[in-house]
Amino acid sequence: MLRETHVNALILLALLAVPLGALVLDQPFIITLATKVTILALAGVGLNLALGQGGLVSFGHAIFFGLGGYSMGILASHAQSFTPLMEVPFVIPGTNLMPVIWIVAIAVSCLAALVVGALSLRTSGVYFIMVTLAFGQMFYYFAISWPAYGGEDGLSIYVRNQFPGLNTLVPIQFFGLCFAVLCAVLFLVSRLNKSAFGLALTGAHYSPVRAMSVGIEVTRLRLVAFVISGGITGLAGALFADLNRFVSPTMFSWHTSGEIIIFIILGGVARLCGPIAGAAAYIILEQYLGGFSEYWQIYLGLILLFVVLFAQGGLIGSLSKREIVRG
Amino acid sequence: MSALLELRGITASYGVSQALFGVDLSIGEGELVALMGRNGMGKSTTIKVICRLLKNQAGTVAFAGQDLTRLPAHRAARLGLGLVPEGRRCFSNLTVWENLYASARPGPWTRARIHDLFPRLEERSDQLAGSLSGGEQQMLAIGRALMTNPKLLILDEATEGLAPVVRREIWAAIGALKQQSGLSILVVDKTLSELRQIADHATVLERGKSVWHGRLDDLTPELKDTYLGI
Repeated sequence: MLRETHVNALILLALLAVPLGALVLDQPFIITLATKVTILALAGVGLNLALGQGGLVSFGHAIFFGLGGYSMGILASHAQSFTPLMEVPFVIPGTNLMPVIWIVAIAVSCLAALVVGALSLRTSGVYFIMVTLAFGQMFYYFAISWPAYGGEDGLSIYVRNQFPGLNTLVPIQFFGLCFAVLCAVLFLVSRLNKSAFGLALTGAHYSPVRAMSVGIEVTRLRLVAFVISGGITGLAGALFADLNRFVSPTMFSWHTSGEIIIFIILGGVARLCGPIAGAAAYIILEQYLGGFSEYWQIYLGLILLFVVLFAQGGLIGSLSKREIVRG
Repeated sequence: MSALLELRGITASYGVSQALFGVDLSIGEGELVALMGRNGMGKSTTIKVICRLLKNQAGTVAFAGQDLTRLPAHRAARLGLGLVPEGRRCFSNLTVWENLYASARPGPWTRARIHDLFPRLEERSDQLAGSLSGGEQQMLAIGRALMTNPKLLILDEATEGLAPVVRREIWAAIGALKQQSGLSILVVDKTLSELRQIADHATVLERGKSVWHGRLDDLTPELKDTYLGI
């Protein structure tokens, strides 16, 4: 069996190689698909911190994905229409600068995760799933009934936002940007997982009482993980909205939360690059099985059943041993 | 000698079932105290109350001059309670090194000192805790509790179910801890022969109540028969 670090390196290399090959072969659609995989994987990396390390099965992570998307949509739409976001008590203009949008998306998502987490972490197990799902549906229906920003029809952004020094309208450049963000987040999450915080989170996942008896404040630990997780998923939402140049209430729907969970299960729960493998597998299945049948999700369901019953480590777990933190 | 831990008139229940009916216990700085009694007499329940894993209904729990009764378990642990729970409960999904690192708080107990006490843990550093033998898991559980740099180490049935050779190793380590570290230790066990050698004094529980305090040498055969079934 391979070491997980080697499998992770291979996955990242493959994710980089595919769009570069597509560039050579002049297949921009493949580059866009690889960008989609990268962004959805980023959302999965965010949820994996809460679900994989912390054991928090959140069915409401679409909230943060949607908030990231709407942060981008609202700021960019105001920038495009040259109208300020707010005039009283002070003027807040819109912006089409990605770094600013990302900061806003992360801040808004973290704040929402703090509120949702503080309330939902009072429960556990199936009740936690239900509370996060309920919060997700609240945001979904709020977005539907918010006509100022498109309501049910969503909000279109006509030009992709800008990043200094890059032409984000060129697919390979936008992919490169998303890939760099994913690598940076993977590095941060990897450091976090190996820290005392990450190990305590993993320990508390399997035995909260044992964790408490060594002085670990389990609820606060989980809340911090939930907030970081929400921030990462929010960043993914902002990038996803920029990829499609469109945001809609669908980003908040429970289907989106479910899809992010599927990426993690397919790729490997609590595996650093599991969400990348999972998102890639999902998009490949969607593209190729979708060509045979519009009911392609039946096959996805069968694959998920197989993974849950026979390969619980997902794609990464089947190929590698768990990575050990060394002292 | 000032009391590090003082329990007075503790009563506690699991739902409607009362388990403790008045437990008194006192442990001084640097003392090793044995908490004894037959199965089901309330020893582990008393430990849970001390560590705030179970709330007491009446009585007081004072540790290092602080009232613990309103504190959650993690706050009590941070004041210096190091629990080695019954059943060698490590984080089985983490490695030996990760178990020690995840629990570490600043103080004299470091990983190097734990390895001096239990050299086998150094050899098993990269092994998952769940794959260790029972004795090694117990050593890890003690090491993990020591990594929190406690003022009081609480060992709940630390040698139960272990092979005789491993039990001797654990008892030797507990003895060394008492001699070398000056740590206060509370041991819940039924092994009178070993406890007699290292315990400063003992408290015996009977049906959820402390019924005897004193030096184990003063425990008469009649009392042993009545309270410990030996």
